[in-house]
Amino acid sequence: MKTLKSTKPISTIILFCAVISLSMVSCFNNEKTVYEDTQDIPVSREMTAELTAPPNVPTPVGRRKAKKLIIEMEILEKEGEMTDGVRYVYWTFGGTVPGSFIRTRVGDEVEFRLQNHPDNKLPHNIDLHAVTGPGGGAESSFVAPGHEKVFSFKTLNPGLYVYHCATAPVGMHIANGMYGLILVEPDGGLPLVDKEYYIMQGDFYTKGKNGERGLQPFDMQKAVDENADYVVFNGSVNALTGDNAITANVGETVRLFVGNGGPNLVSSFHVIGEIFDKVHVEGGDLVNENVQTTLIPAGGAAIVEFRVDVPGTFILVDHSIFRAFNKGALGMLKVQGEENEKIYSGEQYEGIYLPEGPGIQEMPTTDEIVEADIPAQNLDEQIKFGKQVYMQTCFACHQAEGQGVPNAFPPLAKSDYLNADVNRAIGAVVNGLTGEITVNGEKYNSVMTRQMLSSEEIANVLTYVYNSWGNNGTVVTKAMVDKVKNK
Amino acid sequence: MFANTFRAILVCLVFQAFGFSQSEGMVNISGKRYIPLYGRDSTVVEVKDFKMDKYPVSNAQFITFLKVNPKWQKSNVLKLYADGNYLRQFKNDSTLNINEHLESPATYVSWFAAKAYCECQGKRLPTIDEWEYVAMADEQTADARRKPSYNQQILSWYETPRTNEKIIGKTPANYWGVYDLHGLVWEWTLDFNSVLISGESRKDVDKDSNLFCGSAAIGATDLMNYAAFMRYAFRGSIKANFSIKNLGFRCVQEMEQIP
Repeated sequence: MKTLKSTKPISTIILFCAVISLSMVSCFNNEKTVYEDTQDIPVSREMTAELTAPPNVPTPVGRRKAKKLIIEMEILEKEGEMTDGVRYVYWTFGGTVPGSFIRTRVGDEVEFRLQNHPDNKLPHNIDLHAVTGPGGGAESSFVAPGHEKVFSFKTLNPGLYVYHCATAPVGMHIANGMYGLILVEPDGGLPLVDKEYYIMQGDFYTKGKNGERGLQPFDMQKAVDENADYVVFNGSVNALTGDNAITANVGETVRLFVGNGGPNLVSSFHVIGEIFDKVHVEGGDLVNENVQTTLIPAGGAAIVEFRVDVPGTFILVDHSIFRAFNKGALGMLKVQGEENEKIYSGEQYEGIYLPEGPGIQEMPTTDEIVEADIPAQNLDEQIKFGKQVYMQTCFACHQAEGQGVPNAFPPLAKSDYLNADVNRAIGAVVNGLTGEITVNGEKYNSVMTRQMLSSEEIANVLTYVYNSWGNNGTVVTKAMVDKVKNK
Repeated sequence: MFANTFRAILVCLVFQAFGFSQSEGMVNISGKRYIPLYGRDSTVVEVKDFKMDKYPVSNAQFITFLKVNPKWQKSNVLKLYADGNYLRQFKNDSTLNINEHLESPATYVSWFAAKAYCECQGKRLPTIDEWEYVAMADEQTADARRKPSYNQQILSWYETPRTNEKIIGKTPANYWGVYDLHGLVWEWTLDFNSVLISGESRKDVDKDSNLFCGSAAIGATDLMNYAAFMRYAFRGSIKANFSIKNLGFRCVQEMEQIP
């Protein structure tokens, strides 16, 4: 309850105004009563809550009135896949990590039935941050395997809240996946959007290192040290990638209910290539606009909204970026629809960047070119030495068998371009080559840098190339190279 | 009424005759003063010399008990003494379900039933202090609580599903010659509910609470406390009439009572 602190006459006036405006409201709108204190909101009828597994969320509350809401949630300890080949025993609310999404509205009277599956080893409970009361319900919901506990609470404050298990050792229960989100919508519901999804980050601590195969037990020491092996969205590395990616169409507004179960790490939630139009900061009433990255504390949440304007795959990350690319905190939002080049053009041009002015780029070098110590005495030696040069200099682009890389680097094997003109080939090595060329019917538009090789080495490597992979067997001499060099 | 009581005593005595072969299945535990991981207070407790069953009570042993004591059979048990899950592994009053094994630990047994079983053999359930005292041994040492391997093993059991279906006595005995204290099922203790855990574990470790060594636990970083926390949390969540899939028992006997 809010109280007004002011001098008496003013408060009387305010009270008077309030009475007038209240009575006016009731004149114009007989059905709708505004309750100053949410605990006074009456409930009508009973209904069983729809619970959903991530990344889905239940139907919005819309305009429904406050109700007695029955929530049945089953606790399951079960084995699942952390990433390819890595298994983990998760402790779950409703069989998933994060647990089932609960959607309520302010004023609902929730009857919570917490069921601990008989196969489970451990007692559990639930602490819902949306509950006003000791332990957030934990005290009243402590339930042994094979039993059920029931407790009730009234949702007083709208917002997005975390729930989690709070049984000793608390950190371990959370680290094994016992967390989820409960949404309390305001009267009349949140504004409708096109797509809504449920994403929750968590950090995991396994005995083996990241990627070590097999069933990995929980590592308490790493958890105490806050040294996570996995930081993931929705309980596993692949929960939101590939076929599991969330989707939207161009022009739609997407709302993400993002939570962070922890147990230890704070999330810097970011969607690569999107700007959040709106963020309900920390899941509360405060709305920030035009946000790039929003901080989600462990045991906290945020609601982010944005309109997707262009198609493509947008990557969801914890922008503590090593977590994203090395520990799994990466998800995907795939957006389909028409390109909008006004907003985003895509690649328009790729050229060479030359800080020193136009010309052919060359590899930076400080050393003078040293002639090969021992010149090749015969063709075999020339090919042998040439192969050494090839493997050091040419191999990366043109590949081991001279096959090149499709669309990027032209082949040297059975190459019409190469065999047609030996001086042109020498020139390419000596001076570099840029611009469109056609090799064996395929067009290439790439850059070959000028190679810092001695004339002897160039003669050897070209001889090697001409005498390999079905080429015409030309022998290139030092004199031929020098002739091109001195042109 | 008198006749009934008399009959019950007689039945117990008869059963005790069966039981003697079992008291051979006990080992001596020499008592000592020690500090439990997590006790009623942070002081030292004393455990006197006693005998403990080598193995948890098996389904087969419990069936024998049921035959002699029909009042503990599934269909006869007083609802006050056992909840609806009592002996769920049984098809009827004397036969196990098809997938259950006679040599698996007897579970789905309430505290009342476990207590009666032990008393009928002239034994009793162990106290928490006694149970924890024997359970802190590994294969080599009487107190292995500081060994990382000991703790890791216990914790990994806590994470392994369906261990109650395992066969008794398949893993090495501990220092005392006792089997399966960890690894198959939780076990009832006589005073399981003497350490109050409210279910709000964070409140329980408040420094204001003098229930147990909470203030030490709040900064606990070693694994040993976590294994113990889990056992005490489990004990705190149960009531004497609960019958749980992963909860069995074994008996102990005081030294001087042995003839």
